[in-house]
Amino acid sequence: MMAQPEKQEAGQVILSRREALVRLLRAAGAGAGTAGIGAWLSQHSSRPEAGIAVNVNRGHTIPADPVLPEMAIIEGEDPAQLARQALAELGGMQRFVSRGDIVLVKPNIGWDRTPEQAANTNPEVVAEIVRQCLRSGAKRVIVTDVSCNEARRCFQRSGIAAAAQAAGAEIILPDPSRFKDVDLQGEVLSRWQVFDAFLNVDKVINVPIAKHHTLTGTTLGMKNWYGILGGSRNQLHQKIHESLVDLADFMRPTLTVVDCYRILLRNGPTGGNLEDVLLKKTLVASTDPVAVDAYVAKSFWNLEADSLPYLGMAAKRGLGTLDFEKLRTRIKKI
Amino acid sequence: MKRCRHPAFSPGVSVRFLKPSRLRLYSQVLFFGLFLFLLLRTEFRGSLTSSAREIRLPYPVGLFFRLDPLVAVTNALSSHALYQGLLLSLVILIPTIFFGRFFCGWICPLGSIHHFFGSLQSERKRGKQLIESNRYQRWQNTKYYLLVGVLAAAALGTGIVGWLDPFSFLVRSLGLSVLPSTNYSLQAFLRVLEQSQVGLLRGIGGVLHFLLGALVLNFKQPYFRQGIWMGLIFLFVIALNFRITRFWCRAICPLGGLLGIVSRWSVLGLVKDSRKCNDCNRCLLRCQGGDDPTGGVAWHQPECHLCLNCVGACPENALQFRLFPAQAVAGTNLRRRKLLTGLAAGAAAIPIMRSTPGFAAERHERLLRPPGSVDEEFFLARCIRCGECMKVCPNNALQPAFTQAGLEGIWTPVLIPRIGYCETSCVLCSQVCPTGAIWEISAKEKGWSAEAGGSTKPIRLGTAFYDRGRCLPWAMATDCIVCEEWCPTSPKAIYFRPAEVFDAAGNPKQVKQPYLDAAKCVGCGACEKACPVQDRPAVYITSVGESRSPNNQILLNRRKG
Repeated sequence: MMAQPEKQEAGQVILSRREALVRLLRAAGAGAGTAGIGAWLSQHSSRPEAGIAVNVNRGHTIPADPVLPEMAIIEGEDPAQLARQALAELGGMQRFVSRGDIVLVKPNIGWDRTPEQAANTNPEVVAEIVRQCLRSGAKRVIVTDVSCNEARRCFQRSGIAAAAQAAGAEIILPDPSRFKDVDLQGEVLSRWQVFDAFLNVDKVINVPIAKHHTLTGTTLGMKNWYGILGGSRNQLHQKIHESLVDLADFMRPTLTVVDCYRILLRNGPTGGNLEDVLLKKTLVASTDPVAVDAYVAKSFWNLEADSLPYLGMAAKRGLGTLDFEKLRTRIKKI
Repeated sequence: MKRCRHPAFSPGVSVRFLKPSRLRLYSQVLFFGLFLFLLLRTEFRGSLTSSAREIRLPYPVGLFFRLDPLVAVTNALSSHALYQGLLLSLVILIPTIFFGRFFCGWICPLGSIHHFFGSLQSERKRGKQLIESNRYQRWQNTKYYLLVGVLAAAALGTGIVGWLDPFSFLVRSLGLSVLPSTNYSLQAFLRVLEQSQVGLLRGIGGVLHFLLGALVLNFKQPYFRQGIWMGLIFLFVIALNFRITRFWCRAICPLGGLLGIVSRWSVLGLVKDSRKCNDCNRCLLRCQGGDDPTGGVAWHQPECHLCLNCVGACPENALQFRLFPAQAVAGTNLRRRKLLTGLAAGAAAIPIMRSTPGFAAERHERLLRPPGSVDEEFFLARCIRCGECMKVCPNNALQPAFTQAGLEGIWTPVLIPRIGYCETSCVLCSQVCPTGAIWEISAKEKGWSAEAGGSTKPIRLGTAFYDRGRCLPWAMATDCIVCEEWCPTSPKAIYFRPAEVFDAAGNPKQVKQPYLDAAKCVGCGACEKACPVQDRPAVYITSVGESRSPNNQILLNRRKG
C-alpha cells in the first residue's frame, strides 16, 4: 500500500514527502466531503409536516338514469333475499358495478356485538351484496370499517367478516399503520386521518344499519361515514351535523342500502339489550343518500327532516333531496 | 435417563447427534420454541373465517405456569388450595425427587436462554477464568435463602414470589418489554421498505409484512408502563452470564432452589472414577450448575442441572451418571443462621409493606383491577406479577402497577382506562391468569351485555365520575356526549339533560349535559377512553363501587345488585 515510514527511534516516525502529501489529501477530501454534505443538508431544512395523500377518489356516483327507480323498499323474511330483491328492483347490480371495478362495501362493524343485538349491519345482507358485486364482474370487493370497539372482536363477533369472506370479499382490518392524512375539503373537516382502503376504489356501497343515537336521533347512512376516519374522531360530535355533511360530500356513495331488518330503538348506537331491538324485516336501498336517510328516519322513528339538521344541510349542498316522496320508488313485500 | 449410563461413545455421525448433551440441546430448543410460541399466541388474533361469539384462546398459553412447582407451592401456601391445573406441576416435581434438576437443564426456557448466553464465552480466551468460576461457590446457596423468604411471604399472604419465579420473570420481561420493542423495530423496518421508492423493496416489504404478520407482529403496537425497566433488568440478568455462567440459575432462581432441595433423595447421581481423572478440568469448562464434577471433591448434587456436558467432555470417560450411585455427594449445606434470616425477611415483608395506609385505610382511587379479580387481600396473595393478563388484553388496558397498589403490588395488573377500556364481552385476562388472582369468568358472568343472558349482578370495576370543569357541555357550551355514545350498558349508565347555556358572546344555546347513573355503571372505562379532552379526561373511573370489595362502596342500592 504505502511505503513504510522509516523507523528511527522507538516512537519516532519520519514521514516521507509522498506519505505526508497523501495524508494531507485524505484529510482535505474528508473535510470537503463533510462541508459538501453540510451545505446540501442546510439547503433542505424545512418544518416537518406529514404528507397528504394524493389521488383520492372523491365521489363514486353513477350517472342518473331517467327511467329506473331511485329507491327500493323491500319487506320480507330472509335478509339475503331482501338485498337481492332490492338490487333487482333498482335495475340489478350491473347498473352500479361495472366489470373490473374495485368495489368497497362499507357495513357498520363498529361494535363488539352479535347480529341479534343490532349494533352492526346484518352479515347476510353484506354477504349478498358482495356476491352481487362479484357477479357483476367486480375485480375486487373490499369489506372494511374502522371499528369503535376492538376491531378484531367486532369483525369476528358481528359475523360480518366470516360471512363476507365466504361470499368472496376481501376483508381488511383497520391496521393502524394504514391511515393517511387526507384533505377532506369540508366546511369543518379539513385535514384528517382516513383509512387508506377507502381512498382509491371505483365504487362504494354504504350498508349501514338503522339505529337510535342520542345526538342525532338516529344513525343511518351518512353517520356511517364516521367509520372511514382515524384520529380523534371523538371531536366530531361537537359539530356533528356539519361534519356529517362534510363526510357525505367526501364519500358520495354509488348506492346506499340501509339495513332495517333489526333496528335498534333505544340505547344506541351500542345497544346490547335484546329488548331494544325491533324486528322490521325491511331493507331500503337508494341512489340518493339524503332521501334514504330521510325516509328511514320518518318511517321508523317518525322524525321529520327538520329535526335532523344534517339532512337539510346535505340537500343544500346538492348531495340529494329531502323529498323522498318525489323519488321513483318501488315498494315490495316478499 | 438410561441413556446417561451409556459407556464411551465412538465418534460417528449418528452417535454424535445422539450424544446425551445433543439430546439435551434438542429438548431445550423444543421447549423454548414451545414457550415462545405460546407466549406469542397469548393474544387474541381474531379470525376472518369464524364468527364464534365466545372468544377463547385456541392454545393452552399458561402451560408453563401450570408446570411450575414453585407457583403451585406458593399458590397452595397463600390460598390453601391449588388453582386450576396447577396439579400438573407434579409432572415436574415428582421426577425431580427421583432424578434431580433435569428441569433446569432440559426444559426451563429461561435456563436455556442463560445456557445460550453463557456458552458464548470463549474457551480459548477465558478458559482458565471459566474453570475457576464454574467451581462450586458458597454464594450459590443464596437461592435457597430467597426460596425460604418467598415461601414465608406466601404463607403469610403475598405473591411476591413472582418477582423471582423464572416464568413470571420471563413472561413479564419478554411479553411486556422485549416483544413490544421487537414489534416496534420490525414495524419501523417494514415501513422503510414499504415506503421505499424502489418497487422491488416495496414488494419485499409486502411479503415480509405478510409473513411477519402471521408469525409475530401485533395488530396494534402494545405499550407497557415500566417496560423499559423490565427490559433493562432482563438484559442485566442475561449479561451476568458473561461473568458467571447461569448466575441466575445458580444463585437467584427460587424454583431452582426448590428443585435442588427436593432432589436430595435423588437416585440418579454422578459417579466419578478418580483413578481415571487426570485433573484436566475439561468437565468444569462447560459445567452449568457449578456443582464440582471434577475428581477429588464431592459432587454437589442439588446444584447439578443434569446437562451432561461433563460426561461428554471427559476425555478419560471418568464421569458417568448412574442410578443408585455408590458415592458420597455433598448436599445443600445451608447455614441455619442464614435460613432464619431468609425466613424472617419473608415473614417481615408483609407487615412492613402493609404498614402504610395504602393497603387498608387509603386505597389508591385508581386501583382498578381486571374483571374477575378477587378482593385485594386475596389478589395480592395470589397474583404472581407474571404479566399474562397484560399481554393478552386486546385493548392494552392492563398495565403493570408501580405505586397504585403499594410496594408489594409492583407489577400487579391495573386497568388504565385512558390507555384502553375493558372490552364488554372480553374475559381473556381471567382465562390466562395462572393462579386465580383473576378468577376465571365467562362473558355471561361478567354480565355487561344482555347477549349472554345478562346476569343481574354485573362485575363492576369501579364507577365513573364527571369533572364538570373540563366537560364540554358543562364548561364550554359545546355539544359532545361521546361518553354516552360509548357507554356499553343497556340501559346506559350515562344519561343527559338538555340545558340552556350561554356561549362566549352571551347567546343562549341548547346543549345536552351528561350525568351518571352509578347504579348502572360497571366501571369499564369506555367513557374515559372516548372522552375528547385528551390529556386529563372530563370523565374518569375510580375504584369505588368495585364489586370484588365489600367495603369499597358508595351506594346503598348497589348492595343488592
